[in-house]
Amino acid sequence: MKVLVPVKRVVDYNVKVRVKSDHTGVDIANVKMSMNPFDEIAVEEATRLKEKSTVSEVVAVSCGVAQSQETLRTAMAIGADRGILVQTDVELQPLAVAKLLKALVDKEQPQLVILGKQAIDDDANQTGQMLAALLGWPQATFASKVEVDGDKVQVTREVDGGLETLSLSLPAIITTDLRLNEPRYVTLPNIMKAKKKPLENVTPEDLGVDVAPRLKTLKVAEPPARQAGIMVPDVATLVDKLKNEAKVV
Amino acid sequence: MTNLVIAEHDNAQLKGATLSAVAAAAAIGGDIHILVAGSGAQAVADQAAKAAGVSKVILADSASLEYGLAENVAAQVLEIAGNYSHILFPATAAGKNVAPRVAAKLDVAQISDIIAVESADTFQRPIYAGNAIATVQSADSVKVITVRTTAFDAVAAEGGSAAIENADGVADSGKSSFVGREFAKSDRPELAGASVVVSGGRGMGSAENFKILDPLADKLGAALGASRAAVDAGYAPNDWQVGQTGKIVAPQLYVAVGISGAIQHLAGMKDSKVIVAINKDAEAPIFGVADYGLVADLFQAVPELTDAL
Repeated sequence: MKVLVPVKRVVDYNVKVRVKSDHTGVDIANVKMSMNPFDEIAVEEATRLKEKSTVSEVVAVSCGVAQSQETLRTAMAIGADRGILVQTDVELQPLAVAKLLKALVDKEQPQLVILGKQAIDDDANQTGQMLAALLGWPQATFASKVEVDGDKVQVTREVDGGLETLSLSLPAIITTDLRLNEPRYVTLPNIMKAKKKPLENVTPEDLGVDVAPRLKTLKVAEPPARQAGIMVPDVATLVDKLKNEAKVV
Repeated sequence: MTNLVIAEHDNAQLKGATLSAVAAAAAIGGDIHILVAGSGAQAVADQAAKAAGVSKVILADSASLEYGLAENVAAQVLEIAGNYSHILFPATAAGKNVAPRVAAKLDVAQISDIIAVESADTFQRPIYAGNAIATVQSADSVKVITVRTTAFDAVAAEGGSAAIENADGVADSGKSSFVGREFAKSDRPELAGASVVVSGGRGMGSAENFKILDPLADKLGAALGASRAAVDAGYAPNDWQVGQTGKIVAPQLYVAVGISGAIQHLAGMKDSKVIVAINKDAEAPIFGVADYGLVADLFQAVPELTDAL
């Protein structure tokens, strides 16, 4: 069984982004870029399934600028067998990415696609569900446990109120939540090995997909700042402030 | 212009998140209909019909819709999607699960997690964990939207008298099935809609220690929350997580105990009206957003605060 794992190059989660002064976007020049953390969890899960021999091949895919190659190399250092870069400088929105991935799924015929539940840059939380709809496949989003059993996969999901378990017929789509696994540290020998793994380049045109953005960003602004608060010396003062100043208790 | 709001419910109760999505629909303008897709959900439809500003409730009652499986619920929405200019879901786990399936099938972009309506085609939404607010415009014929419920004051639950129409439920997709649920029973308010939230972080030290927040939450009538660090460490269940990728809360009072304040956590609570932070580290970033900060050992301060309230 083959697994496809899409990975996105995003601003590192430790970076606090700044809005550009002309309000056209956030400034990502010279900031550290990394693999979207949820996608790292997806690569790790696929790799573990391969180590258990449930899966025979893990194919990592990234859609975006040429530097997304680095993200694919990281995926291959974790354990993906090969990479496919769908290279474009066009701003890709989730629907466009889902269409690109559908074209690749049609070509590669995986039984499972594991994606991060959301990217920490646009916070959209759409691509996996959209891909499932375009393929007509079942989905289990926000996964915290995945067990493949023959032609089915049982997935425990993090939902409002607790956990829910679904059984899906393969082929299927899974999106990862934080508790699914803890991705391994990438070791130097594995980084070296990853450099020798095959990486294929294609374009949206090769796949016959129109990736023109559907949503137009009119403005990007700073969120309203909170007014600075005060430090209180002790619990008694805190209670007094809450009762008499803030009037919330 | 007609808006369709997809109801959040458990087949018995209409969830408050629905009423916030109705408020967003009202800000867009035009008629507002609610779709209740469920099983044995007549009571939910009756409640939805009373929501202020709603002119029609469509009840699709079918065994295929009992567990809210994304494949079936999306198909149900698509049955009637052609009648609407805007389709709104609350940005809950259930709404986020289904909405993109609907958008993809309609070949339209989805606008996720809107916090403001500027016009019928222009919306504000947070990006980068709320560190930037994007204003986006959609040229698509149908706008599929998820609504950040804390950004819209719920419409009145009573006072409306919408007509209830029945729709045939879709057939089961046959591709997914419900196995089970582990929901903790709690008498506390729901985290996402609570007016007071008491949250603990890594500073709590253990699941056992986390329990010292119980009496404080009891006194305040609060929901309990947690930082990602506390959930990852197993101190608190996953559905308590407040943050960029967990729950977004905006209560009247948010009490952060032993939480350092990573940007991902702040993204989930910085719109709270009053924020109290208790932490022994005076340098903790949580103090940067707190209205009232107390540098103290939480194991002394929390019981003392509980007694003083």
